[in-house]
Amino acid sequence: MMPLSTQPETGDDQYVLVASLDNVRNLSNILKAIHFKDHATCFATTNGIKVTVENAKCLQANAFIQAGIFQEFIVQEESVMFRINLAVLLDCLTIFGTNSLPGTSTALRMCYHGYGYPLTLFLEEGGVVTVCKINTEEPEETLDFDFCSTNVVNKIILQSEGLREAFAELDMTSEVLQITMSPDKPYFRLSTFGNAGSAHLDYPKDSDLMEAFHCNQTQTNRYKISCSNLSLRH
Amino acid sequence: MRFRAKIVDVACLNHFTRVINTIAKLAKTCTLRLTVDKLYFILTDKVANGGVSMWCELNQGNFFDEFQMEGVAAEHNEIYLELTPENLSRALKTAQNAKTVKIKLTNKHCPCLTVAVELPSLSSSSRIVTHDIPVGVIPRRLWNDFREPSVPDFDVSIYLPVLKTMKSVVERMKNLSNCIVLEANLNGEMNLKIETDLVSVTTHFKGLGNPPWEDGSQNSTQDRDPESMAEARIDIRKLLQLLAGQQVNPTKALCNIVSKRIVHFILLHEEVSLQYFIPALA
Repeated sequence: MMPLSTQPETGDDQYVLVASLDNVRNLSNILKAIHFKDHATCFATTNGIKVTVENAKCLQANAFIQAGIFQEFIVQEESVMFRINLAVLLDCLTIFGTNSLPGTSTALRMCYHGYGYPLTLFLEEGGVVTVCKINTEEPEETLDFDFCSTNVVNKIILQSEGLREAFAELDMTSEVLQITMSPDKPYFRLSTFGNAGSAHLDYPKDSDLMEAFHCNQTQTNRYKISCSNLSLRH
Repeated sequence: MRFRAKIVDVACLNHFTRVINTIAKLAKTCTLRLTVDKLYFILTDKVANGGVSMWCELNQGNFFDEFQMEGVAAEHNEIYLELTPENLSRALKTAQNAKTVKIKLTNKHCPCLTVAVELPSLSSSSRIVTHDIPVGVIPRRLWNDFREPSVPDFDVSIYLPVLKTMKSVVERMKNLSNCIVLEANLNGEMNLKIETDLVSVTTHFKGLGNPPWEDGSQNSTQDRDPESMAEARIDIRKLLQLLAGQQVNPTKALCNIVSKRIVHFILLHEEVSLQYFIPALA
């Protein structure tokens, strides 16, 4: 990692990444949702920016912000990748606080010169300007879960609020969360096996919360229950 | 030595409570000085306070309907008490709907400020909640320790930006660094800066205005280049304590910077003036 004082300054035209937002909340809110570890890898292409956070090589969260969300979005190379401290990035993005008066918003311009340079943020609210320079690090390989769409057996899209409520009520004395997906009853079931007994939460396939239900085979899988908590962050 | 005072007006009571809450946020213990006309909350710059000092002054007539004070002696008609302001703050919490609040100096096992809160009640007799707050009486030979600090010979005097914005920024910066550089010039510009190995953040405030001072204090500033910044590196938690403690926007808020030595904050409300000194770090 290069110390901040030795990372050089250069002119405007040499940025490999420039991204501008009228309202920085659009970025900070989504990054807060994946902030369960302090280190994140940022990967930018002309399609947008993907921010990845991993835990012990067994859990990965991705936030993808499309180029269209930004008011200005320029990526000069095929892809731009760096690692950064997400806690520091969030503190900088929210430098003017998280509760703003109605009608005011904080504007952001994010610039990156490339490998070895810090990420520079210009934030402005009500005429006050804050400039942040955050050290970047060597990008590390992120897990590739290989979500190849031709191998998908079952796919369900649910409205998140309903699933969030269910996750919030899970019996945390259970070590595992068991998820069953099936073309037949119970269609979609969340199960726990805790101190008080086992609990099952079923979603019928014609539920109001179901946006899409495509199940071809009955599948039951178990996951460490602590992982479900992370998806509740927001 | 005698002291009795009474607050009847609800607006005065609320205002007084807010002042005490602010003081409680700034000092764990402080000195309360009572004179015929005023109350002072004083914190001297001991090492235990991290070198920070405070001088807060209230006109008693703006808060109390009755105020009787008899000092230690006729020629020294004042009382100095050592007090934990948080105790007073807690007592006043029970006084939100009070009809009256009486404060008097008593001796119950030890010297106390007794706060008697008269609360509305359905029956003909009132309900009274009494709090006995232990205080220390400061002997006259130590009174010299608590004199009003003089305005330092500053390099730059500048009005503070909107405190809410300043507080938000300093709060975030506190997550990133223990010390902050506060710099300002005679062109109404102020910067707040932190720098660590990991990150540097600078917030630029412009158009703040520089207060006019009567001659005497302006000696250092008259020949000064207006663009040149006076700066001091201070403990960020002390600055945040000051900003976070403000419950109401002051009528005037400014700071005087002695480069690399000290920052002197002055916050003026209608009936209260608060001065706060934060020394620069080595």
